[in-house]
Amino acid sequence: MAGMKGFYVGFGALAVGGAGVLLVAMGRGAAELPSGPIEVAAIESGRGWGGYVVGDADAPVEIIEYADFECPACRVQWVLTVQDVMQRLVATGRVRYAFRDFPLSMHVNSRAAHHAAACAAEQGMFEQMHDKLFGMQDEWTGRSGPETRFRRYAGDIGVDLGQYDACMEEGRYRGRIQASVEGGAALGVTATPTFIIGNRLYNFRISYDGIKAIVDSLTAIASQ
Amino acid sequence: MKHRMVIAALSLIGLYVALYLSLWKIGLMGPLVCGVGSCEVVQMSRFAYLFGIPVAFFGVAGFLALLVVSLVGLRPAFVGKPGPTKLLVALSGGGAAFSLYLTYLEAFVLKAWCRWCILIAVLVFSVFTTALLGLRERSSKT
Repeated sequence: MAGMKGFYVGFGALAVGGAGVLLVAMGRGAAELPSGPIEVAAIESGRGWGGYVVGDADAPVEIIEYADFECPACRVQWVLTVQDVMQRLVATGRVRYAFRDFPLSMHVNSRAAHHAAACAAEQGMFEQMHDKLFGMQDEWTGRSGPETRFRRYAGDIGVDLGQYDACMEEGRYRGRIQASVEGGAALGVTATPTFIIGNRLYNFRISYDGIKAIVDSLTAIASQ
Repeated sequence: MKHRMVIAALSLIGLYVALYLSLWKIGLMGPLVCGVGSCEVVQMSRFAYLFGIPVAFFGVAGFLALLVVSLVGLRPAFVGKPGPTKLLVALSGGGAAFSLYLTYLEAFVLKAWCRWCILIAVLVFSVFTTALLGLRERSSKT
């Protein structure tokens, strides 16, 4: 029976050691979400940021969208309208489109999602990450440990993961995201999606036809 | 009874590895520590689910079953009985066959390797072999 005792001691040690390793691995994953206070200087340096801009710099109309990656209405707006706007108005040189971060505090994973998009943008892949985050929103919204999924999306679209990891761990864009939120709030943004088209603020979803009508009228005014 | 001890230890290791992959699957782990290989390709493939349930969960259930049977088999009331060893052969045989199929998928369909999955395959094969040896040892004694 001495053999049995030895077995149980060894078995117990293996059980405790294995559980410890798992717990350490879990803790390491949870610490990756950029959080905590942000330095004022970092926010200030983000103030002049115009957003993720696509389209012709000389386009007569600029559309600014304040959006939250975890907001279902923003996702619907992207599915139903934004892709049309990109193809029919931005690609044709009629509109310059700026996406600005406005993660709402009610959405637990939103800031991390915006940060993941910023880290992908650093490598020139904002659009792909933007589409991935909205496209896969159901998979990560409200879930714990979203950074694992974000990292996978980044890998899927071809982002260099070493650089991405460094960016995420450092929380490199937290200040700029906060500056975008504060800048939006100063302009009167309270919900998402909110659009600013030609100095007017539309704090609701707009259909493609609605956006086109506004763009048509602003283009006509600009050409007068 | 040594084979049941070996199986209990191997099953415990397998249980932890499967648990690690399961926790990653439900988003409770950070990035998968993979080293050389393509763990995420394998873990995110369509083959990572069976009947809508992550394959890693089956691993947890399988190793847990092996662990329970081997530990019960070490209790004085079961030590001399062949039942637990036969059950271990059946369970690990099923696991080994399934594991062989998953390894085939990695090699020929996904062309990507997940070293955790390979470790699980090695463990389940070791359990199967040990259980078979245990069965043979028993029959040679009788």
